[in-house]
Amino acid sequence: MKALYALYSDPDAAQRAVNFLKTARGSLGIGQRQIVVVTGEPFDGYDFSDEHSRTHIFLLASIGGIVGAILGYLLTRFTQLSYPLNTGGMPIVTSWTNGIIIYEMTMLGAIIWTLVTLLVTARLPQFGKSISDPAIWQGKILVGVTDPPDQARTELEQRLRHAGASEVKSIA
Amino acid sequence: MEKTAEQIRGDLLRPLFHSGAGYWMAVGLTGGMVLAGIFAFSYQVYHGLGVWGLNWPVFWAFDITNFVFWIGISHAGTLISAILRLANAGWRRPVTRCAEAITVFALSIGAIIPICHLGRPWLFYWLVPYPSERHIWPNFRSPLLWDFFAILTYLTGSTIFLFLPIIPDAAAARDLAHGWRKKIYGFLSLGWQGNPRQWHRLESAMHVMAIAIIPVAVSVHTIVSWDFAMTPVPMWHSTIFGPYFVCGAIFSGVAALILAMAFLRKFLHLEEYLEPIHFDHLGKLLLTMSLLWFYFTFAERLTTWYGNGVSEMNVFWSSIRQNFAPLFWTMITCNLIIPFPLLAIKRFRTITGTVIASATIVAGMWIERFLIIVPALEHKFLPYSWGSYRPTWVEITLMVAGFGMMGLLYLLFSKVVPMISMWELEAGIRKGPLVRRRAATFEPGVATANSGLAEPQSFATDVSR
Repeated sequence: MKALYALYSDPDAAQRAVNFLKTARGSLGIGQRQIVVVTGEPFDGYDFSDEHSRTHIFLLASIGGIVGAILGYLLTRFTQLSYPLNTGGMPIVTSWTNGIIIYEMTMLGAIIWTLVTLLVTARLPQFGKSISDPAIWQGKILVGVTDPPDQARTELEQRLRHAGASEVKSIA
Repeated sequence: MEKTAEQIRGDLLRPLFHSGAGYWMAVGLTGGMVLAGIFAFSYQVYHGLGVWGLNWPVFWAFDITNFVFWIGISHAGTLISAILRLANAGWRRPVTRCAEAITVFALSIGAIIPICHLGRPWLFYWLVPYPSERHIWPNFRSPLLWDFFAILTYLTGSTIFLFLPIIPDAAAARDLAHGWRKKIYGFLSLGWQGNPRQWHRLESAMHVMAIAIIPVAVSVHTIVSWDFAMTPVPMWHSTIFGPYFVCGAIFSGVAALILAMAFLRKFLHLEEYLEPIHFDHLGKLLLTMSLLWFYFTFAERLTTWYGNGVSEMNVFWSSIRQNFAPLFWTMITCNLIIPFPLLAIKRFRTITGTVIASATIVAGMWIERFLIIVPALEHKFLPYSWGSYRPTWVEITLMVAGFGMMGLLYLLFSKVVPMISMWELEAGIRKGPLVRRRAATFEPGVATANSGLAEPQSFATDVSR
């Protein structure tokens, strides 16, 4: 994977670089998906971060909970009907006690669904090559372009520097 | 002076790559305790459960005490961490991972104990609800099966809750490590890149998990209490056992968290991260829980005394005045008399003060669990079914091994994972000025006098100008 990227110490400068890349997409011949921002911590409050904030994870977790509840209901009810055990004069299908199992299965469903949703939407695990730099763990923000067109490299580099980059690097 | 991201990562990743002699001595000590436990368990498997001190009518004693104790300790972590996350308490950041790790390890130890108690431990999987040719389906009316589901859910949730914030830290370690460590952290980080999409998904998932885990944590110890409350044994068949156990669990859990933090502070040299203010805040919580625990203990015993039921009073007097009285008054001393002044008087609520209080509380809460179980079983409804119990060396060794295993797992974990979430700490430091601006809007008169402070504008808006 080829890439050209810049490292910024200041999030405002990183935002300027992202703004430039977005406005100049057509003239530079790069697509939205080629623009990459990588940070060592979440940067809420900046457009380059907040445009990705929309998520359906709450809704999907709720659906997971409902699935878990249905499974819990089926497990308890059909087990008790298939293997009827008389315990302490209680009915064969005991809604009160089954409620406990159904509750736990509901929560388990929501928890597992949350994990699955995270992994799918964050595209994890992802062991292939991806653009990164150890400097992001020192507080730097990486803004770059993957597979940049050769004719646009010089202008890209100039613009990324102009936005306030402390360093511009490329991956051949 | 505030530390830079580089300094923070240097401080917190250092224990992963360098360990002193003290660390390895602690590993040796706790490892030895675990080995002793393995020996005792092997002896028990070979000779049978008769090597325990259990005998009619006391069929539950040390083992179930340990089970309830460790499940209680597990409430320190995930529950407290989840509450602090949802409350957005800024001081939580250095504390949460220490706490979440306690939950996973304590819960694992707690879950092993019922297996040790089985006559044929190798058949533990019979607990799992599956159809078999023997037609022995687990009975969903049994509180022991409720335990299985509750612990399974809590352990799964707590493990995920612990693991999720580790992913970015593992990615940091991956990018900074070499050789075999790089491969391990590469695997642990799941190929984390750190793009905004991943950060938002991670934070949303953590938020959902925090919401889900709180009711699960409460349910777990409530269900553990129902192991007793669903049984017609004097002083067990009580309606307050659910909240009483949850209160006791949080109480012992916070105490264990303070001990773990003090240990990490000393051995991993995290003095600049786990500061007196963290111990002070947790000390206040511990004080509240101490008073709440005493309230429940008093309410439960007052109701028994006032009711004056013959069988219940036998259990009551055996713990207050007779053979269990020394343990009972030790419990009161450990859980209230010693901690109260240490935690209530600001001058004593130091790191040393909170650690002393926590150590006595952990001991006191173990005794409390024992006193709930054994005196009641020794004095059932009819005098002909009375008996006595004394633990054997096997049970004592297994109990010691539980503590050893907790220490060993914690030590090994601290060697693999930074014990403080680095990215959360850095995000907290960066958000400091923003938080101060927000806080200013809550001060009387400030918001109206200076409407520009009323709601901080997005940085993005500032930038786009």
